[in-house]
Amino acid sequence: MTAVAARPAPAAAPTPPTSRPRPRSRRRRLGAAVWYVAVSVLAVVMVAPLVWTLATAFKPATEILSGALSLIPDDPTLDNFARVFQDVPFGRYFVNSLVLGVGGAVTNVFFGGLGGYALAKLRFRGRAGVFALFLSSLMIPGIVTMIPTFLILRHFPLAGGNDLLGQGGLGLLNTYAAVIVPGAAGAFAVFFMKQFFETLPDELGEAARIDGASEFRIFVQVYFPLARAGLAVLGILSFQAGWNNFLWPLIVLNDPSMMTVQVGLSSFVNDYETAFGPLMAGTVVASLPVLLVFLVAQRWIIEGVAHVGSK
Amino acid sequence: MTGAVATAPAARTGRAPAPRPVSPTARQMRRAGWWFLAVPLALFVVFMLLPMGMAAVISLTDYAIIGDTAWVGWQNYARIWDDAFFWTALRNTARYTLMYVPLGLVVALGTALLLNRSYRAVRLFRTLFYIPVVSSTVATATIWYWLLNPQKGLLNVALGWFGIDGPRWLYDSQWAMTAIVLMSVWAGFGTNMIIFLGGLQGVPGDLYEAARLDGANVWQQFRYVTLPSLTRTTFLVSTLLIIGAFQVFDQAYVLTKGGPGNSTVTMVYYIYNKGFGSLEMGYASALSFVLFLIILVFSLINARLNRPGDGGRVRRRRVPAAVPSAVAAR
Repeated sequence: MTAVAARPAPAAAPTPPTSRPRPRSRRRRLGAAVWYVAVSVLAVVMVAPLVWTLATAFKPATEILSGALSLIPDDPTLDNFARVFQDVPFGRYFVNSLVLGVGGAVTNVFFGGLGGYALAKLRFRGRAGVFALFLSSLMIPGIVTMIPTFLILRHFPLAGGNDLLGQGGLGLLNTYAAVIVPGAAGAFAVFFMKQFFETLPDELGEAARIDGASEFRIFVQVYFPLARAGLAVLGILSFQAGWNNFLWPLIVLNDPSMMTVQVGLSSFVNDYETAFGPLMAGTVVASLPVLLVFLVAQRWIIEGVAHVGSK
Repeated sequence: MTGAVATAPAARTGRAPAPRPVSPTARQMRRAGWWFLAVPLALFVVFMLLPMGMAAVISLTDYAIIGDTAWVGWQNYARIWDDAFFWTALRNTARYTLMYVPLGLVVALGTALLLNRSYRAVRLFRTLFYIPVVSSTVATATIWYWLLNPQKGLLNVALGWFGIDGPRWLYDSQWAMTAIVLMSVWAGFGTNMIIFLGGLQGVPGDLYEAARLDGANVWQQFRYVTLPSLTRTTFLVSTLLIIGAFQVFDQAYVLTKGGPGNSTVTMVYYIYNKGFGSLEMGYASALSFVLFLIILVFSLINARLNRPGDGGRVRRRRVPAAVPSAVAAR
């Protein structure tokens, strides 16, 4: 595929395959060895911080501060993890983040799927305009809409003690909806699914349409099942985004019982300062769900990212 | 497609038909299209269009949640010009962007080139390099908070092995932003690496074949085949990097709280502080529009520089014929 790897293709080679096979294979083996060394060095640099974090999380405080760089703790302990869950309601944070992650995934898969399908497979006037609108909104930095969105949530009519005019209460602030609703059908989700649905043939829907199926039925029964791979990637990416989201939950969820894992972890850095054991234990816990999801689904995620990137 | 086919004959036979006859399936499709888009569109209006308009209006007032609100016209924008803190934040953000974007681009492309092989181990390394992307910025920042500890942190200990006395990183106003850049590149290049890998896979192999026959060496193949074929990808990645870099916040918030000596106060951090710290939402909105404008300008400059208009077509450049083919064939 690359300069080096593509070379040996014997069919394409103009010279007979028998010509000087020896030095070439030796050279290739040398090239492979150099490659492995380079990639391994890079991998060590990349992974060392993670391994070290994991090691620190299981070390007692004395061992951490003695400056020992051992990757395997001499005296492994779970105290750091216990402290994380005792000192702050980390379990509660965990549940909050889970709700936001799953909520974001479900809404984006459904509405993003529906919207993306409409833009890819249904023909109607205004379609191109809608798509251009969504696409251009991807360019607008989130910071511009942050303050007004906060105000809209705060003055949402008939929510959180507000009257019909949105006065009197806190609106949707400090509710899960404050995070889930504004991002429930992100422009990215619609865009991503449009690209995916466009790879599926039109004929399937046309056949069903001639049979008299309703459009929603065509979507649910014909295309939705075929788009499972794309929807799964979108769901996972949305879950990760929801779980990892920081600035927005920091702004709209300031009730301690509504705080997320990320917001909780960031306050750790202030509160623990140099108590690196609990700090790293908290980091491990905060990363675990997304890492597990990633390790299970990594192939699809990486292909999905590459797919969007190539558009 | 069905709509067009169905309407065409009708349009010809009917004499000046009223609003244009639409086949039942076309009508069904049109109606469904708008229904399917109803929720995304409603959310788009309420949480994108409306906020944009509101932000524009608020930026012309002294709105502060509490107290009376007065119309101040362009005063907020005039105030920005004289706000020394704004210039500090802008300078810090520019420093971050100038380091982060080129470094992020080079690292992502470099690793992508490295991983663009048919070895079986590629998948493993690809996954390894992508892991930091999966973790949150807060988590990766926390990791680096420990890593960058001047005395016990892994980085300075490792530098010590080579006899280098590492700086105090986050506690040194000279180095804090550099530390944040390093952390961000480490944490974020995986995505762009994957995008570049996708782009590299789209470069036709026979182009390399032809270049080699012309006697191009590895560097020339990269310079005259790989890079020109990647213009679209490079444009996408650099745009993403620029837009992200100007909005850096999480890392500065978690690691330094803007310090030491305000050396890591970024634009978004400043807007966040103004808007939600001192509740000067009018002023913060004006700041956010200025940032928007800055991002737009830099994106356009980038668009000029990386010209995706070439459509990824390979510009034919002559490879110096003097290069001995023996060298090219190695």
